[in-house]
Amino acid sequence: MEKKVAIIGVGQSTFVRQYPGSIRELAFDGFKDCLLDAGITAKDIGASVVCSAPEYDKQRSPAGVFAEYLGLNPQPTFYVESLCSSSTTGIRLAYSLVKSGLHDVVAVLGFQKMSEISSSESQERMGRGADIQWESPFGTMMPAYYAMYARAHMEKYGTTPDDLALIRVKAATYGQINDRAVYRKPVTFEMFKDPENIMGRPVATPLRVGDCCANADGSSCIIVASAEKAKSFCKKPVWIMGLGSATTSVNLAGRDLFSGLSAAQDAARQAYEMAGVTPKDIDVAEVHDCFTIAEMMAYENLGFAEPGEGKELIRGKETYKDGSIPVNVDGGLLSKGHPIGATGGSQVRTIVLQLRDEAGDIQVKDPEIGLVHNIGGVGLYGNVTILGR
Amino acid sequence: MGKKKEVDDRFKKFGTVSFTAITKTNDFITHLENGKVAGTKCLDCGAAFFPPRADCSHCLTSNMEWFDVAGSGKLVTFSKLTFAPIGFEADVPYCIALIDYGPYKVFGRISSDLPEEDIQIGMEMKTVANTVSNGQLNYVFAKA
Repeated sequence: MEKKVAIIGVGQSTFVRQYPGSIRELAFDGFKDCLLDAGITAKDIGASVVCSAPEYDKQRSPAGVFAEYLGLNPQPTFYVESLCSSSTTGIRLAYSLVKSGLHDVVAVLGFQKMSEISSSESQERMGRGADIQWESPFGTMMPAYYAMYARAHMEKYGTTPDDLALIRVKAATYGQINDRAVYRKPVTFEMFKDPENIMGRPVATPLRVGDCCANADGSSCIIVASAEKAKSFCKKPVWIMGLGSATTSVNLAGRDLFSGLSAAQDAARQAYEMAGVTPKDIDVAEVHDCFTIAEMMAYENLGFAEPGEGKELIRGKETYKDGSIPVNVDGGLLSKGHPIGATGGSQVRTIVLQLRDEAGDIQVKDPEIGLVHNIGGVGLYGNVTILGR
Repeated sequence: MGKKKEVDDRFKKFGTVSFTAITKTNDFITHLENGKVAGTKCLDCGAAFFPPRADCSHCLTSNMEWFDVAGSGKLVTFSKLTFAPIGFEADVPYCIALIDYGPYKVFGRISSDLPEEDIQIGMEMKTVANTVSNGQLNYVFAKA
């Protein structure tokens, strides 16, 4: 394994329904958690990359505002976005900044304060992450797009709404013990069958309330460093082994695959090749479960299961902590909540803690290689990151 | 005060809520007004585009002609929304769907008079110009 670029610090805020502060204060929470983890100061950071989806904030160009608030002046800072995958795009950028030698320590700071607007306004804005000229005028929203994938997956492979419910039940199993998660209540399979229970209420058929992650406010921070800095600052560096990133047509009319996400497949192929590993080598994974169907497709797009056989993994509890390929044992987006720009950083944090053997109650036994799958929009952007200890 | 410059913002009529006013494909709206759903075809390479494009990224040219989305295509997938984004509340419930015509696909809504239980993936559907209850224009998919 190439040991050139490392992650030397990880942090995140608690993800909450409504953060009682401004966006710079929210960013401070994740940043502070990360600096304490890394044991470094703001002066050690050569540049920062700020990641979010911009349409939630009144503040234009938050990177410059955060740099001042976090004590990162006069170092350079800039903003990247790729919708819900913004912070792993930030990791990709930080990797290239470090690998090129331009900077030796880079902070990747993701954030989102979704509670600035109402839930239906949020649905409308999220929907505008798709094609606003040709699709949004029909009244689209993220759950409905993913529902179209769910319908196609069910039709082609015989996946059922019950299989999707099992994914939510797994998420809640771990969400209950994650003190940074927004949704910490238990979810049972029976709740989906109870007409009185909100979990089974349709949102966009065949997806129900229980199939959807919640909006949240949150921030995350990851410190990426050169091998030299990693060795001087850090006892347990985690190495970036593979990076994959791909896109597809924004308009569904321009796509051919509806039972999986082609950008995830392409990104996975690149990341495995760069890391020199195969799906069998992955010991623990975080996947982008914005909806239950998204986790099901991730099993298949990442090669943990053959196309159409993802349902066998969840039916057999193979993606639980003690299964053959633990997935989202921190509760995933379904439990943690999905503060757009902070999400990828939170996924990376979980895998880094796992590889350092510091994941507490959710620790997987002795993992050596972990994977993060982070998707932007309806599979418009796909980022896959492979980490090793 | 000078005379106000005329702006071709026909596209603001597209859909229950349009998020675009000005596009080089504004003639799409005039076709809809005439009861036709139209795509564009590159005169240089022959590629057919739906949704319509003003420019061909293969040829780097903008020599397009309009064609009618005619005949029928197969339903690829669909979803019925029971919760709508802001601005679409009055339309609920409605189904969004994708139809495969072979050389191109069309994303849109299924006609509201078709009950969900009659909708089957793979069924043949046609694309029909439609006027929305608020006076805006769109198109819907009906049984072929």
